[in-house]
Amino acid sequence: MTALSALMLRDMRLAVRIGGGAVIGVLFFLIVVTLVPFAIGPDLALLGRIGPSILWLGALLANLLALDRLIAMDHEDGSLDLMLTARVPLELALAAKALAHWLSTGLPLIVATPLLALLLNLDARATGAVALTLLAGTPALTFIGLIGAALTVALRRGGLLLAILILPLTVPVLIFGVAAANAAIAGAMPFAAPFTILCALTLASLVVGPFAAAAALRHGLE
Amino acid sequence: MPMTTTSLIDLANPSRFLALVNRLSSWLAAATVLAFAVGVFGVYLAPDDYQQGATVKIMFIHVPAAWLGLFAWVLMSIAALGTLVWRHPLADVAAKAAAPLGAAFTLMCLITGSLWGRPMWGTYWVWDARLTSELVLFLMYLGVIALWQTIDEPTRAARIVAVLTLVGAVNIPIIKFSVDWWNTLHQPASVLRVGGSTIHPTILMPLIAMLVAFTLLFLTLHLAAMRNEIMRRRIRSLLMLQASATAGA
Repeated sequence: MTALSALMLRDMRLAVRIGGGAVIGVLFFLIVVTLVPFAIGPDLALLGRIGPSILWLGALLANLLALDRLIAMDHEDGSLDLMLTARVPLELALAAKALAHWLSTGLPLIVATPLLALLLNLDARATGAVALTLLAGTPALTFIGLIGAALTVALRRGGLLLAILILPLTVPVLIFGVAAANAAIAGAMPFAAPFTILCALTLASLVVGPFAAAAALRHGLE
Repeated sequence: MPMTTTSLIDLANPSRFLALVNRLSSWLAAATVLAFAVGVFGVYLAPDDYQQGATVKIMFIHVPAAWLGLFAWVLMSIAALGTLVWRHPLADVAAKAAAPLGAAFTLMCLITGSLWGRPMWGTYWVWDARLTSELVLFLMYLGVIALWQTIDEPTRAARIVAVLTLVGAVNIPIIKFSVDWWNTLHQPASVLRVGGSTIHPTILMPLIAMLVAFTLLFLTLHLAAMRNEIMRRRIRSLLMLQASATAGA
């Protein structure tokens, strides 16, 4: 088994345990989506219209919640030092970790989307649109979050600062994700334009994220 | 030792840099005041807009503030490269000094724009591409300042903030081209654009004058802030020396 796949399997096993990010992420997603109708009111028509936005916001916040476990836990137990000095390039190791994080924390959010879409009065077409855009966009959230996790790794209470640093960078993903979902539902605007930009953002973050995070780790932990 | 030229590498020595700043700062301040006098006089002479009346003159504060908000981030990005790539000792001092200034000018841009938008567009705020990306820039400035405050050791903080600055530099072209790429309520580019400016010289000249004045103001404040930061680090070093001397004794 190669080092990268071993790293990915380790991260995924840790995440799905009790106290790991996977279950907590989905629960937080559920709670956020449940809170919004309490705040807005039970008007189903309104909820159906803003449903994609609520789901996207919930996915973004749930992703944010699980991010500070990504690197900080390895820093605490010393495995980050092993990764820094290993023969596997740090960029690849971080990319593998982020991929494992997305598989264990991001994918469950997408799987939970149809159930939560029921709560928000979204029909099948809308649910499919939101799930597709989340599938295309949540890797971007994870890989951009990787940068923030690397920047705040050595800070003791870095969680909130991580959110402050990351959220401005995730704004384009949110904008185009919701735009693509709404375009697929309403059909008034072409779906391809925001969706391809969303995919472009994900692909760009797959490259920029690991390199920026590796630079942050190398410079920040000396 | 007499110096005929001062190159960038000579300025890596903080003491030489402080000597240069002390020599320059009063000249820069005087030049700033003079430039503002010229600029304000030009603004006074500039004609009122036929539709907007005299309120168009908010532009003479709004546009320089916006320009300096972007300029400060570009300066921070170059300083970040100086820290990470060339290991210039004063690059991080430049970056740390520029962050609050950039944030202040971006906030000024947002506030003056909002006050201008109320009579012109009928609203204090609209979520179009230019205003949204400018607001995101302001949030990124706050994030950078927060990161500076959170990490104790200055050189480590410098490197981490440098990475964040370079990642955030992607927002600068987005802001600049947002009025071209999207349908915005904010007007399209009229100064820096292909085909030259579309503004009449009677308004363009005072605008350039105010731009120069504001840039001189930024430089004056920036050099003063760099001097303060160098002093702050010297105090910190002295305090740590004193603490370790007491502990060792």
